[in-house]
Amino acid sequence: MLGADAIIKCLEKEGVETVFGYPGVAICPFYNSILDSNIRTILIRTEQNAAHAASGMARMTGKPGVCAVTSGPGATNIITGIATAFADSIPLIVITGQVNSELLGSDVFQEADITGACESFVKYSYLVKNANDIPRVFREAFYVANTGRKGPVLIDIPIDVQNARINKFEYPDSVNMRTYKPTVKGHAVQIKKVVAELNKSKRPIICAGGGVLLSGAKHPLREFAAKNNIPVVSTMMGLGAMPTRHEMYFGMVGNNGKPYANKAMNDADIIIMVGARVADRAVNQPDLITKDKVLVHIDVDPAEIGKNAGPTIPLVGDANAIFEDLMKEDIEGDYSEWIRTLNEYKEKLSVVRKPNPEYVDPAAFIEKLSEAMEDKAIYVADVGQNQIWSCAYNVVKDGRFFTSGGMGTMGYSIPAAMGAKLAAPKRQVVCVCGDGSFQMSMMELATYRQHSIQAKIIVLKNGYLGMVREYQHYAYKDNYSVVDLSGSPDLSKIAEAYGFDFIRLENMKNAEESIDRFLKDENSVLMECIVDPMDLVK
Amino acid sequence: MDMKRKIYSVLVENRSGVLFKVAGIFYRRCFNIDSLAVGETFDNSVSCMTIVSSGDERTQEQIEKQLNKKLDVIKVKTYEESQCITRELMLIKIKYNKANRREIMDICKLTGAYIVNMSAKYMIIQICADPEQVQLMSKMLQSVSVVEVARTGTLALSKCVDE
Repeated sequence: MLGADAIIKCLEKEGVETVFGYPGVAICPFYNSILDSNIRTILIRTEQNAAHAASGMARMTGKPGVCAVTSGPGATNIITGIATAFADSIPLIVITGQVNSELLGSDVFQEADITGACESFVKYSYLVKNANDIPRVFREAFYVANTGRKGPVLIDIPIDVQNARINKFEYPDSVNMRTYKPTVKGHAVQIKKVVAELNKSKRPIICAGGGVLLSGAKHPLREFAAKNNIPVVSTMMGLGAMPTRHEMYFGMVGNNGKPYANKAMNDADIIIMVGARVADRAVNQPDLITKDKVLVHIDVDPAEIGKNAGPTIPLVGDANAIFEDLMKEDIEGDYSEWIRTLNEYKEKLSVVRKPNPEYVDPAAFIEKLSEAMEDKAIYVADVGQNQIWSCAYNVVKDGRFFTSGGMGTMGYSIPAAMGAKLAAPKRQVVCVCGDGSFQMSMMELATYRQHSIQAKIIVLKNGYLGMVREYQHYAYKDNYSVVDLSGSPDLSKIAEAYGFDFIRLENMKNAEESIDRFLKDENSVLMECIVDPMDLVK
Repeated sequence: MDMKRKIYSVLVENRSGVLFKVAGIFYRRCFNIDSLAVGETFDNSVSCMTIVSSGDERTQEQIEKQLNKKLDVIKVKTYEESQCITRELMLIKIKYNKANRREIMDICKLTGAYIVNMSAKYMIIQICADPEQVQLMSKMLQSVSVVEVARTGTLALSKCVDE
């Protein structure tokens, strides 16, 4: 058996069904061996998108997404995708081909020190120099990627190692790494402290981050909140942890969040942060969430606790395991008065937009769209104004919401939605992007077509890099610099070229009918919504 | 900001690339490295890195946590300087003459340094002492003509305590 065959065997052992990638000479032994396997290969049109597609798949399945690209430029192209997954703690296995191991370090054709380049964007990386190490490396890599704080693991394999004969293929039953033992269960003493503080509290709030979804704690969170009458807000990555219209849910926090969600955080006497990093976009002034209040910080990664805000009660562990323990406790607090107050805030502090009737109002459109979507639909937002509108107006019922929250990588949505659709072909997957982000990934329309993956893509077209333009509007008094997207293609022709159906919506008059047609379309469909170029998210 | 010095004794997997990964944490997160010394332990699969770093309390906590988070790090022990016996080794090559030879020998005697190699014009002095003493030695030799200096980072072991 060759090293390359062993890699495929490892992927089969891990139950991998799909590999996204782009071949080149240095990864050809791998792509030759995969022909003998049932694993489906998806030829993505640029390597970065292989990582985004694998990320969309991972967020759907809860298992690491897998991608494989060649050495040199193939490997360097995928870095942004790896960094995007790392920032959002998405488990990936990224396989890169590498030049012959004897030539490593001699700057030969298509050599890049990819493990070195990616060091700060991966959870762990391997440079495999002996084919006999392949089973152990893959067993470890899958374990590392999908336990503790999840994240991408990079495996760089020189071509001669892929072509080397291995003595015997034995896939290890277990992983034995003396340096890696993530904490799952929360410390009992700390849990008692949380309960004691909640008993004293009058105004508690839970702030749910992406970690809640990653640990599969969505339902435990909802049960805990409902049982104890504790209101919940979320970060951008935590959107979908609670249904938008849940009576205990009070919106997304942060500078792009709901004013009443931020007010709830400020007025609370105890904040329970779960699986959230307390990063700047969610919590602008970390000092404020510790001043005059108790901060409980629950995270599986001890290094996140105290990094941006010093908690009163640090609690290391997996959110799922911790909610399970918290559910066993009786919390005596009565928070009904507080919930009444929060509902008043919600009424008073809701933003009223004044849309221009000549255009599509993104807020109303997204609300109508998401209301019309199936209960379990997956909504994938890109980055920019489309993302902020999506966060604010997408109504999550029992579905999912994916976006690049940590890195804010434009072009994420089209490949990520593809990964999600492949993972759950029966679920409705809708991708929403702007005309800037669409053009960053529109080459993937070919991938959808080639592999008969149904696409539902909405482009909110305003002819600008809207988010940057909005920033320049406020910070530079409308001195716009390099944000005009003139020269963009006619999207109806793009749709036609790739065999997509096309719908154009110019204002809100036909919104319902167009949305209905868009959602019911069984072919791939591209919908262009013309948005006021001067529209702002704030 | 109250800057304090801490000593991190870090046991790591003895593999290529690990030094790069550990140093990378300090570089990326803007933590200071005042000194660094690396060597194999009795177990040749394990290396010990002794890192001296100064920072405020939150930085110190982050350094320890980020080190622990790295998958090639086996164990991190954090010490105050006063909890440890610390040593540095410095070799100094100087150009001497008849007039200052005696003075140099006196400095060596006072600081516990040795002359470990010499020729008609040059000598190499070795000092192995705690970091302050080594610093003092280099100050005292400022009046003579120093040709070259080689100096290790701080090594540290926690002081003996009977349980």
